[in-house]
Amino acid sequence: MSDHDHRDHNEPESGPALRVKAIESLLVEKGLVDPAALDAIVDHYENKVGPRIGARVVARAWIDPRFRRRLLADAVAAIAELGIPSGPEGEHLMVVENTPEVHNLIVCTLCSCYPWPVLGLPPTWYKSFAYRSRAVSDPRGVLREFGVELDPGVEIRVWDSSAELRYMVLPLRPAGTEKLSEGALAELVTRDAMIGTAVVKYPPDKAARAAERD
Amino acid sequence: MNGIHDMGGMHGFGPIPREANEPVFHAGWERRMFAIALATFARRIFNVDEFRRAIEQIPPADYLRSSYYERWMRAFIALLQEKNIASAEEIESASRQALGGGAAGPLSAPRTTAATPPAAIGAARPRAHRRVPARFKPGDRVIARNLNSEHHTRLPRYARGRRGVIRRDWGVFILPDSHAHGGAIDLCHCYSVEFDSRELWGDEHPAGESVLLDLWEPYLESAAAKRGAASASGKRRTTKPAVGRRRLAKP
Repeated sequence: MSDHDHRDHNEPESGPALRVKAIESLLVEKGLVDPAALDAIVDHYENKVGPRIGARVVARAWIDPRFRRRLLADAVAAIAELGIPSGPEGEHLMVVENTPEVHNLIVCTLCSCYPWPVLGLPPTWYKSFAYRSRAVSDPRGVLREFGVELDPGVEIRVWDSSAELRYMVLPLRPAGTEKLSEGALAELVTRDAMIGTAVVKYPPDKAARAAERD
Repeated sequence: MNGIHDMGGMHGFGPIPREANEPVFHAGWERRMFAIALATFARRIFNVDEFRRAIEQIPPADYLRSSYYERWMRAFIALLQEKNIASAEEIESASRQALGGGAAGPLSAPRTTAATPPAAIGAARPRAHRRVPARFKPGDRVIARNLNSEHHTRLPRYARGRRGVIRRDWGVFILPDSHAHGGAIDLCHCYSVEFDSRELWGDEHPAGESVLLDLWEPYLESAAAKRGAASASGKRRTTKPAVGRRRLAKP
């Protein structure tokens, strides 16, 4: 069995397209939603938030050890310092730090919980049955599928987002980046590295970076 | 509920499907469905636990066949009916109208106040600043209870009956189990609990892995209390979890 998350989406009047149009017109008619407010919500999640925000946070944590400590202690307050607002799916944000000894991986086995204010909406693979089922029971296999081969001695911690906490991984800073600016460091950080299915590479893995739209 | 959504540890779904340069949404209707759901949460017509519960109530075969936002749509339509916002006939008739190219626009002026910035719209659920006694503290050994409720729960099957250690007390949050069914507000502590992966998946599983779950206090019992009870008389000792309760004010 496989995921079917891309079926039919280009048919303008397919079942779901029609149904959703009907729901919207009903709710508008009843005065429960405002189409302009819907446009603003779409614009926000499509254009304003995304993993570049999380990458800024990571780069700052790499260059500023005191910020890093504050971020690990209270992520909501720390990202607010950078002018990044909290919001839905980020009110209770926890940043977990990768070290040479510990690698963290984020999942939501029950649905699709994800830290929206710092990473935007999750990619389809994060919501897929395959990822949800295997991340907790076969994290090394999942990582291998993403091209990450960890040393067998590295401990893996999988965070299954079963309640209100939303998680983001603070990846390891790659060697050889001591002279890079904060902005250049942020450029290296991929979405998948902040979920835990990738590690940050230097020189950058251009293919991996380009494959993530943000 | 022991539903198909509870996927942790299942086999057979194959490799993880990845899409290069994936757009945020794959179709116009996905954009609208997402925004409608968020706007509706903000109106408190139903809460996010009810929404998750409605997704979980999709029959398993349909759940597996549907795309992510199709599941949102099915759950949303079910809740519109459950909350008497729209009848099945109304939705049918609006769909026919939409098919005929009928107006998706307003028939009367919307009464929504659009002053809320979009970034603030969502299913905000603050940590409750209420004093509820905590039964556990970091370092305590616990067992996830073997609960098999037909209702909504956020205790995955793979952790039930397994031994873990409390790592953090996150504070007091609304218990989703009752909130998902009618909106009762049961406040209790939620903890970060670490389970060794061998405890979850057996001795054959490689060492050096763990899974951390955020679990509400009623999902947990003390491993020490359980051991004590078992050795005493075989009689099960039940300690009632601390739950503060107040009813949800009508929106």
